[in-house]
Amino acid sequence: MLEVRSVRKTYGDLVAVHDVSLSVRPGEVVGLLGPNGAGKSTTVSMIAGLVTPDSGQVLIDGAPLQGDTDPKKRRIGLVPQDLALYDELSALQNLRFFGALYDLGNQALEEAIASSLQLVGLTERAKDRVGTFSGGMKRRLNLAASLLHDPDILLLDEPTVGVDPQSRNAIFSNLETLKARGKGLLYTTHYMEEVERLADRVVIVDHGRVVASDTLEGLQRHAPAGTGPVSLEAIFLALTGRRLRD
Amino acid sequence: MMRAILAMIRKDLQLFFTDRRAVIMSLVAPIAIASFFGSIFSGSTSGERAKIPIAIVDQDQSAVSKGIVAGATGDAWFTVASPTLDEARERVKTGALTVAVIIPSGFGDAAGRAFFSGQARPSLTLLYDPSHSTELGLVRGVLTEHVMQSVSAEMFTGEQGRVLVDESLAQVEALGAPDEQQTRLRDLLRSARKFYDVPAAPAAGQAADGAAAPRRGLSMPYAVAEEAITAGNNATYNGYAHSFAGMGIQFLLFASIDLGVGILLERQRGLWKRLRSAPLSRTSLLLGKASSGSLIALLTLAVSFGFAMLVFGVRVHGSLPGFVLVAVTTAMMAATFGLLIASLGKTPGGTRGVASLAVLLMVMLGGAWVPSFIFPAWLQTATVVVPARWAVDGFDAMTWRGLGFQAALLPAVVMLGFALLFGVLAVARFRWEE
Repeated sequence: MLEVRSVRKTYGDLVAVHDVSLSVRPGEVVGLLGPNGAGKSTTVSMIAGLVTPDSGQVLIDGAPLQGDTDPKKRRIGLVPQDLALYDELSALQNLRFFGALYDLGNQALEEAIASSLQLVGLTERAKDRVGTFSGGMKRRLNLAASLLHDPDILLLDEPTVGVDPQSRNAIFSNLETLKARGKGLLYTTHYMEEVERLADRVVIVDHGRVVASDTLEGLQRHAPAGTGPVSLEAIFLALTGRRLRD
Repeated sequence: MMRAILAMIRKDLQLFFTDRRAVIMSLVAPIAIASFFGSIFSGSTSGERAKIPIAIVDQDQSAVSKGIVAGATGDAWFTVASPTLDEARERVKTGALTVAVIIPSGFGDAAGRAFFSGQARPSLTLLYDPSHSTELGLVRGVLTEHVMQSVSAEMFTGEQGRVLVDESLAQVEALGAPDEQQTRLRDLLRSARKFYDVPAAPAAGQAADGAAAPRRGLSMPYAVAEEAITAGNNATYNGYAHSFAGMGIQFLLFASIDLGVGILLERQRGLWKRLRSAPLSRTSLLLGKASSGSLIALLTLAVSFGFAMLVFGVRVHGSLPGFVLVAVTTAMMAATFGLLIASLGKTPGGTRGVASLAVLLMVMLGGAWVPSFIFPAWLQTATVVVPARWAVDGFDAMTWRGLGFQAALLPAVVMLGFALLFGVLAVARFRWEE
């Protein structure tokens, strides 16, 4: 469904993404891991159409994503790392606005809003100002805003940063529901246990390159020699090193 | 695409009205400040002229000096005090008096003699507040009239004139002129002597009551008929029309800063990522922003001018379509200026500071605070590159000047030109990639 082929992005002399390829299939959760500055967010931005790759391609069902107005962008939903919501407006006003960006008619939009709010458990707070929400509620609404146009592929850029365990668990449940509905999820995070719980496959990037891409079991071959099965974090550190990145 | 643009406009209007500070700054502040400036530039609404506080220190106490004091006291331009010299000096120093006129001892006598001979003219000393140099010129001009009236009245009808004629009669022989000329000169002076001996004829309406007849002297040989010229019928100058245009534009440009900084904040908060991930063209995104900015700007102008019309009687004496055209193009110019701010700015805080300075310069040079005709000639020419100047001129033309639709065309075209320039620069410089 989603295929990223050898994308590269530079900013002047800085090579943000050297060469990254990955794919996400329907009903699959792919964890995208990497240290700070490894190129995860730039890769997600290229897939979402926020950044144009210097070379390489982003393909949806085999067709390259081309330009800002490409209808194929409707197949993608972006859940930004930031809480991309208007605190001054109600949840309902936020969702009406973000849904209208995808040209949803009134009835379709209201149905999509109701469905999204129900999924993330915020139906009762629909008319409340987002500024009054807790961090966890905002994270859930951030997810709901990306689902209004019923995308096939969801790009989740650290969607659980700063939330309590209850909200995190609720978000995981939401994502598992979406996976069960056949959505493909590309999930970037620094929390290894999240990937261990959710991901079918893991792509680890460092210095703008893919250093490993496999299932959780398959990644065990990257475990340090002479050890038995190890945690994903041990494999991650073995592949990317222990040197501080920022 | 249209649905998305309309949604952006609706969202920005919702954000605008939920921000109480923005609403107050955009709607109430211009009204308050424009009312203040308008009251200054409109003058008194009762038709009474603001009087200049002056003092006359009469050290002469002659008929001439008393005539000057009386004339000045009755003048509509002045309120006249009579302090001592030291008091007058102190009051000018503290700004309580604009000008103090010192009439020195012997002034009347010397002025009378100088009136005919032109020699040995006595001096009047004017002590003035340097911050009121404009009024000094006016005081000098009005005072000249009263001095001339008083001196000439005394010389033609007063005791001093009689004494001068007597002195002249006594000195005719000493002139050494031929006898025939001496005789004619004596006849002339004796006729003048008889003139002084005849009581002055009472003026019309004053004969019966026995009041003193007015002293005759030189007076202004003309009267001034003043007529304010505007193009429209019944169009009269209303200082509020100018001040509401100026302040409306100033706060409209401040609103454009909010528009630009708002875009930067949306970027900072990650909202721009969500907008950019939707299948929308860059033109649509900027068009949505420019449209909402223009609408808010138009709303600001409408509320400001509406208040001015209801409370201060400001009227569109010129073309109403012309007024709307100027308002719409001004709003478009301001909105695209906001986009330009967003494209050039980096951080919201830093951008707001620099943009505020730019706006203040623009409105100051555009004649929004004080009319541009007060500027030096070179500055009046130089400020044609300031868009606010065209906006102010356009609104002036459509309101109190009462000009027709054609007078709105040039300001509107220039404003559209600025809008196009700002829009193109904004698109070219806008940082699209995250």
